[in-house]
Amino acid sequence: MSTHVMAQHHPAEYQPPHHFPSARAEAEASKVGMWLFLATEVLLFAGLFCAYAAYKTLYPEIFKGAHKLLDLKWGAVNTMVLIFSSLTMALAVRAAQLGQRLNTVKFLAITWLCGAAFMGVKYIEYSHKIHVGLVPGQYYDMLGFTREFLEKFPQTPMSEVERLARGAHLFYGVYFLMTGLHGLHVLIGMGAIGWVLVRAMRGAFSPKFYFPVELVGLYWHLVDLIWIYLFPLLYLVG
Amino acid sequence: MTQLDPSSPANPEGHTPPKGGVSFYQAARGWKSWVFTLDHKRIGIMYLASVLVAFLLGGIFALLVRLELLTPGKTIMSAETYNRMFTLHGAVMVFLVIIPSIPASLGNFILPLQLGAKDVAFPRLNLLSYYLYVIGAVFAIYSMITGAVDTGWTFYTPYSALTPNSVISMTLAVFILGFSSIFTGINFIVTIHALRAPGLTFYRLPLFVWALYATALMQVLATPVLGITLLLLIAERVLKVGIFDPAMGGDPVLFQHFFWFYSHPAVYIMIVPGFGVISELIATFCKKPIFGYRAVALSSIGIAIISFLVWGHHMFTSGQSVVASMIFSFLTFLVAIPTAIKAFNWVATMYKGSIWLATPMLYALAFLWVFTIGGLTGLFLSTTATDVHLHDTYFVVAHFHYVMMGGTIFAFFGGLHYWWPKITGRMYNETLGKWSWVVTFIGFNMTFFVQFIMGAKGMPRRYYNYLPEFGPYHSFSTVGSWILGLGFFLTAYCLLSAIWKGKKAGDNPWGGTTLEWHTSSPPPLENFLTEPRVSGGPYDRT
Amino acid sequence: MTMPSADGTIFLPPQASTVAVEVDTIFYFIYYLCLLFFLLLGGSALYFLLKYRRREGGPEPVPISHNTALELAWSIIPLILLVIMFAWGVKAFLNLSVAPRDAMEIHAYARRWLWEFEYPDGNKSIGELRVPLGRPVKIILLSQGDPGGNVIHSLFIPAFRVKADALPNRYNTLWFQATRLGEFQIFCTEYCGAGHSDMLAKVVVMEPDGFKKWLDGLNRPPEGMPLAKVGEELFTKFACVTCHKNRADNAAVIGPSLIGAFGRTEGLADGSSVVIDENYLRESILQPAAKVVKGYQPVMPPFQGTLKDWQVTALIEYIKTLKQ
Repeated sequence: MSTHVMAQHHPAEYQPPHHFPSARAEAEASKVGMWLFLATEVLLFAGLFCAYAAYKTLYPEIFKGAHKLLDLKWGAVNTMVLIFSSLTMALAVRAAQLGQRLNTVKFLAITWLCGAAFMGVKYIEYSHKIHVGLVPGQYYDMLGFTREFLEKFPQTPMSEVERLARGAHLFYGVYFLMTGLHGLHVLIGMGAIGWVLVRAMRGAFSPKFYFPVELVGLYWHLVDLIWIYLFPLLYLVG
Repeated sequence: MTQLDPSSPANPEGHTPPKGGVSFYQAARGWKSWVFTLDHKRIGIMYLASVLVAFLLGGIFALLVRLELLTPGKTIMSAETYNRMFTLHGAVMVFLVIIPSIPASLGNFILPLQLGAKDVAFPRLNLLSYYLYVIGAVFAIYSMITGAVDTGWTFYTPYSALTPNSVISMTLAVFILGFSSIFTGINFIVTIHALRAPGLTFYRLPLFVWALYATALMQVLATPVLGITLLLLIAERVLKVGIFDPAMGGDPVLFQHFFWFYSHPAVYIMIVPGFGVISELIATFCKKPIFGYRAVALSSIGIAIISFLVWGHHMFTSGQSVVASMIFSFLTFLVAIPTAIKAFNWVATMYKGSIWLATPMLYALAFLWVFTIGGLTGLFLSTTATDVHLHDTYFVVAHFHYVMMGGTIFAFFGGLHYWWPKITGRMYNETLGKWSWVVTFIGFNMTFFVQFIMGAKGMPRRYYNYLPEFGPYHSFSTVGSWILGLGFFLTAYCLLSAIWKGKKAGDNPWGGTTLEWHTSSPPPLENFLTEPRVSGGPYDRT
Repeated sequence: MTMPSADGTIFLPPQASTVAVEVDTIFYFIYYLCLLFFLLLGGSALYFLLKYRRREGGPEPVPISHNTALELAWSIIPLILLVIMFAWGVKAFLNLSVAPRDAMEIHAYARRWLWEFEYPDGNKSIGELRVPLGRPVKIILLSQGDPGGNVIHSLFIPAFRVKADALPNRYNTLWFQATRLGEFQIFCTEYCGAGHSDMLAKVVVMEPDGFKKWLDGLNRPPEGMPLAKVGEELFTKFACVTCHKNRADNAAVIGPSLIGAFGRTEGLADGSSVVIDENYLRESILQPAAKVVKGYQPVMPPFQGTLKDWQVTALIEYIKTLKQ
């Protein structure tokens, strides 16, 4: 009971786990661990980027044609949202480092909301695509694609649309796998931000102990960075 | 703080009482002290138990496969069952046994001790790795109960996307096991960087630590690619995405590239920890520092780096471009150099040594002979022209069993015997240990050497039925597998009986010089009662 | 004791193609290098073991940290040997990979679980590849026509030292020039399911004249032979035996047994039933997926376009003779 209160009022007295020689050593070790984990994340996505490259090389026209049905406007909004959230995340880490509890909480909350906004936009995009049948593999609807494409680009010759409609499922397969895995990472990132947010509200962090915020920040920046690559690759083909 | 100096003369027979403390077994009791433990030693033991159970399971599958091959056509099971058996044998042995065997069990127990640390850097992550392993195993067993898989452990598409079996649960199992392996890797790298005892510089690290470090690098950098490959395979089966499906414009050979980008480094994830164990054994039982310590240490890192660049040598007959095959062939030959350096250095260490032929050293010698055969036969397979003939025949089967089993499993057994007194505090029966070794060694060579011959003669692998001309080889191999099984049974009895019947081992029964021999057997809760300080090389004795 | 030989060695099957000689020479070059290194490493280990075994009152070990010259030697000498192996291997591999321009082209189609070969004149054979002696032959591989979905197979002729995968979406090739008359084994070496180990075939090397005559003969049934007898041969040749039981000693279970099948009333997968007559058999050979017998998977490949009418008739006549 009393230790809990103590921790709130004297956060500077953070004790690292017994097997670390100092709090600093723990923070350093945790950062190395996080960087290694980020390396594995990059490699996880690298597989998908390779698949993207392979199929873009095999079917350049289909990728060029099929991407036109992605909503560039929403994609751009989401890019802005994530870049902004990276900024607020960096500010949150800075605030935690300086021991500004209120600012830490504020910036973390904004970052979390940006994540939520991103997912909201993804929901709008996904539900439209699922509705008209622009989905991977066996659930893909050729007619849906044709209808959607002619609505947007009525000038296109029918033979051209048909050719695209036959192969477009591969593009949407890649699209859903890449953005889906990324979306999952945004959700995990939001979970992690929520966790440090609660701890920050309780006053767990201090200039001597703020590395959890920093680690979540690193993770969040990676999630943003991946989107920065996904956006042009998927929405700005050609 | 007392100076714990490894250069002080060791006392092989001496028995020191647990220096004022109680062992980690006595520090806590009850099932909760195991299930929720954060102690690397307990987690290591839980891994060890799980790995050995999986080894028994994979071994039973192996014996059934060999029994089926005793005669051509049907001996005891149908072709469909046989195909499941060899798949399960491969998947269980690779993902549940060999990959976690040395790093996750012996590594978990010994690494912090050799570093003079109290634990690994992230004990909770360590426990999470273990439970991910358990969950992965549960998925694998679920897959076995619900129809199992008949794809081979390589899950090649399009076959794996078409076959009507429990591929998804097995794939998920391997995916989860992959994350278990990644987290162990991250934990070990950080531990080696952050928690070395004062004075323990990188060039004073025991070679086992170096090997675990190289292994961890590969685990961290290769496993995610397997993860994404398996996710794609699941997407392929669930959504029919078409990425690997030629009927939908996809490319099945892309799967092979992805798969081997992980699975070739995985081969080294399996063997490099074995190299580490052998270095420890040879140093201790020759009573000498390892000849060319730096070369042995750095060659592990060299192997780790090159291992990422050789995956295409599994695909010389797949229609990949001739130029690509040439490049992959050349890079594959390069792996031979650091591997040869290790073998030469081990043998050179024996020169003018004082060689004690205890059971662990026998396993080290068996490793040296058997692994040399395994490694050298790899040359036939890295040479493009001969690989075309030998690819996907029993020659390959024999080659990787000489490396994976004769290499990794013998090193694992050597390590088990070597560290058994440290882990349990008890000494196994040396005579029984030696006899088990003899039986295992003979059984192993009987089982697998003939496979080189029948493979080179053209016997393809993964065959349920075979032509009569291969009959004698197959029967001989099957009889060998029974002897091998007997050897394992004896070994298991030898080690397990030591727990109840063994004599107290003492802190340093072998006269080892590395830090784990400078604490009591079994060690106390936080490993060392006084913080160790290091002032010399890992194998110095003067 | 053991050297490359045309009749095969303890390790290698007989050599029956032009490339086999070179591949075997490389094989034995590596083999003797391996033997040398194994004896060097394993032998020294054994020798040191005996010589420096720990004894009561024996000499103390001499710590030797390293010896740069020695270490360089055992890094550089193997490197040189490896480069030789690599270069020699690549030279032979290029020879294996690039077919001569004038090679006769034969298409090979793989499906679960048989091999079909299509000759330049459009004639086909199943389970048997016939080639003329002394002429380069290029095999163009494809996995196709599999009702259960095309998977990867691999064509392996040990006596020729050649192997290449048959892919579903891309042609792959291999070539050889046979140097011996006779029959040689073909294996499938890429795992492809239940019938993988029975996906065998033979390559028959013939005199060029005989080959030409045989190819012509594919256009009509052999003369002076009862049709059922011809059908019996075709039953084996077209690998029907892999899946269908035709004799007591054939344990095939993938497809329905044909013993006593003719005239029987059979339940179908869709719940209806059918009397097995000539027309049902004909349809089941040409379009097997049309009426599948209950309890079996529709895995049999269609033979429409592969078999000639006289071959179908001969097979039916043979099936009619299969009594309980």
